[in-house]
Amino acid sequence: MRTHDDEMPKVKLPSLQDVMDADPAGSRVPDPVHGALPPPVRRIVLDQPPTVATPAAPQTRAAGAGAAPTPGHGGVRHAGEPGPERMRLDALSVFYDDKAAVKSVDLSIRQGEVLALIGPSGCGKTTLLRTLNRLTELTASARREGRIALDDTDIDELEVTTLRRRVAMVFQQPNPFPMSIFDNVAYALREQSMKRPGKAVIAPHVHDALQRAGLWDEVKDDLDRPALRLSGGQQQRLCIARAIATRPEVLLMDEPCSALDPKSTEVIESLILELRKDLAIVIVTHNLQQAYRVGDHVAFMYLGDLVEYGAAEQVFGAPRAQRTRDYVGGAFG
Amino acid sequence: MATQIHQGPPPLPPHGGFGDGPRGSRKRGGESLSTWRYGDRVAYAMCWFCGIALCVIAGAIVLYMAARGLQYLNFTLLSTHPEAGLDQKKTGGFLDPIIGTVLLTIIGIAIATPIAVATAVWIVEYGRPAWLARLVESGIEVVAGTPDIVIAIFGLALFQQSLFAPLSLTADGGAVFGRSFLTAGAMMSLIALPMVFSATREGLQSVPALVREASYGLGKTKIATIRRVLLPSVRPNISTGMALGMGRICGDTAIVIVLLGATLRLESEGGIPGFNVLKGTGSTLTSYVYNNSPAGEGNAPQKAYAAAFVLLLIVVALNFTVDLIARRGSKTGLETGRLGA
Ligand SMILES: Nc1ncnc2c1ncn2[C@@H]1O[C@H](COP(=O)(O)OP(=O)(O)OP(=O)(O)O)[C@@H](O)[C@H]1O
Ligand SMILES: [Mg+2]
Repeated sequence: MRTHDDEMPKVKLPSLQDVMDADPAGSRVPDPVHGALPPPVRRIVLDQPPTVATPAAPQTRAAGAGAAPTPGHGGVRHAGEPGPERMRLDALSVFYDDKAAVKSVDLSIRQGEVLALIGPSGCGKTTLLRTLNRLTELTASARREGRIALDDTDIDELEVTTLRRRVAMVFQQPNPFPMSIFDNVAYALREQSMKRPGKAVIAPHVHDALQRAGLWDEVKDDLDRPALRLSGGQQQRLCIARAIATRPEVLLMDEPCSALDPKSTEVIESLILELRKDLAIVIVTHNLQQAYRVGDHVAFMYLGDLVEYGAAEQVFGAPRAQRTRDYVGGAFG
Repeated sequence: MATQIHQGPPPLPPHGGFGDGPRGSRKRGGESLSTWRYGDRVAYAMCWFCGIALCVIAGAIVLYMAARGLQYLNFTLLSTHPEAGLDQKKTGGFLDPIIGTVLLTIIGIAIATPIAVATAVWIVEYGRPAWLARLVESGIEVVAGTPDIVIAIFGLALFQQSLFAPLSLTADGGAVFGRSFLTAGAMMSLIALPMVFSATREGLQSVPALVREASYGLGKTKIATIRRVLLPSVRPNISTGMALGMGRICGDTAIVIVLLGATLRLESEGGIPGFNVLKGTGSTLTSYVYNNSPAGEGNAPQKAYAAAFVLLLIVVALNFTVDLIARRGSKTGLETGRLGA
């Protein structure tokens, strides 16, 4: 289903107009509905220089896996080749009882990029996301067909606990554990071994995770406070810290900002762009502006089908399918 | 989302919602009763009256017992062993029944808690096969509804089997006595078990599914989730159930009389120090009160009142603990209502 992954001109922050002009399919019709250009809101949360002239240092990759370090992107979208493929979905279908919620989807998820999953309510986005780390297995009626590979290994061949450490999940509702802030992250870090590492061993890692989630400065003085006393946005960042603490390769986020105010949303979006350097991110969102702001690639689903997949500029600027056009049309009007 | 449990009859202070949500939304100020329909006014008056009447009854019990108890209570009573005798002045105090009450309560709750918690975890977190789970729950309901005297005589029949001989005195002829702190404690645990069970079950059920998913999503096993997330977060519930169960054990008489022997003093059995007390018989404050009341053989009503007052204090203290635990439970943050928000 994956169509061409057209890489956009890289030197300048491309305005949507540039993108559409460069669209090889040339399918743009300047009609009044979606001819209306998205405002150049892109990167609004990222203070990045408009060029990639300065070669950024190669990023350190997360958790082993032996892949070559991705060239630094300097935070500018589509600067550089796509990272190595981390996950691959082949003809993935998911059924609840006999009702198909996801229908034969092929998709690839890459290191160092954000894949935004959009589509109307009930089209199977959450289901697809939860299938990626086998959380659907908690639902008795769910059944999966097709193959999902993580670094070329079928996820069914992995221990489910290992898989979920490598493919972490952030949920729609902030769901910290009813324990202290520190323990929330420490819990994620502690292996299931008989010997539990002590606080001193684990503290630096907790610090690191909170730092990367952009929460450290706000909570460093009361790590022993119950996590449920944090604000919604802080709770969600704590959940992100918890999820990235084990240095996963893929981070799944299911509408992570839907319960948050615009300010917290902005914080989390910039966090996503920051984290993107180290891992592959799949984010489900109903907010098309958000999908455009953070997504490198966008996948549009409709009633369980993957209708369109492409670079964000292409999907929003020049959607190929009529369904996509209907859905994203007006989003930026 | 507050996880307080209203279980059984103990006269809990009416703690409504631990600071979550506006306490008494008293908007009635501007509303005049005279605008109400006649029937509503009568119903309202009845409710009001019933509430007040309950308070008065509870207050009367406590005050009467306090008045009578304090009249006769003194330190010597608390610290001397009971003696057999016809003259009230020579029958000593009730140190042994106090020890007996404490000992029996500890044994009972120590047996009940792990079983109840494990069962609740199994019911809520696994619950399969469903028919078995339902059966277990009904079983616990039956136990909860069984009169203590029935549990007591069943226990006696059970523990007089030679299989259980090590738990109590065995007579020369080989007959097993069946009465000891251990056997009484085992049956007492049945009285506390339903309280701990339902408190734990309700606690677990009130933990949102989101929290479990979060844990599984981090690659944690079910066992790890239960141990590290669920049980810690229902600890206040477990404690509440335990305190309620202990209140029930303290207040029980039938099992003490049938299974503990209701002997005047602690009678040790066997040679192993510590264990000999457990294997022996004794009495509790309830049986002491009964025996010294006009209905019993001791007939020392003053001492009965004093002992009853001490018992009441213990039970009230336990209820107070329940309240305290429940309040402290809100410090985990579970009760702030943030989870769903
Ligand atoms: N546990 C379940 N049991 C049965 N059917 C389910 C279950 N979860 C989801 N479905 C069905 O699967 C379909 C896809 O649901 P899913 O939650 O993946 O949609 P979604 O795209 O995430 O929607 P939203 O944007 O509203 O979150 C829906 O038709 C839904 O009714
Ligand atoms: Mg969803």
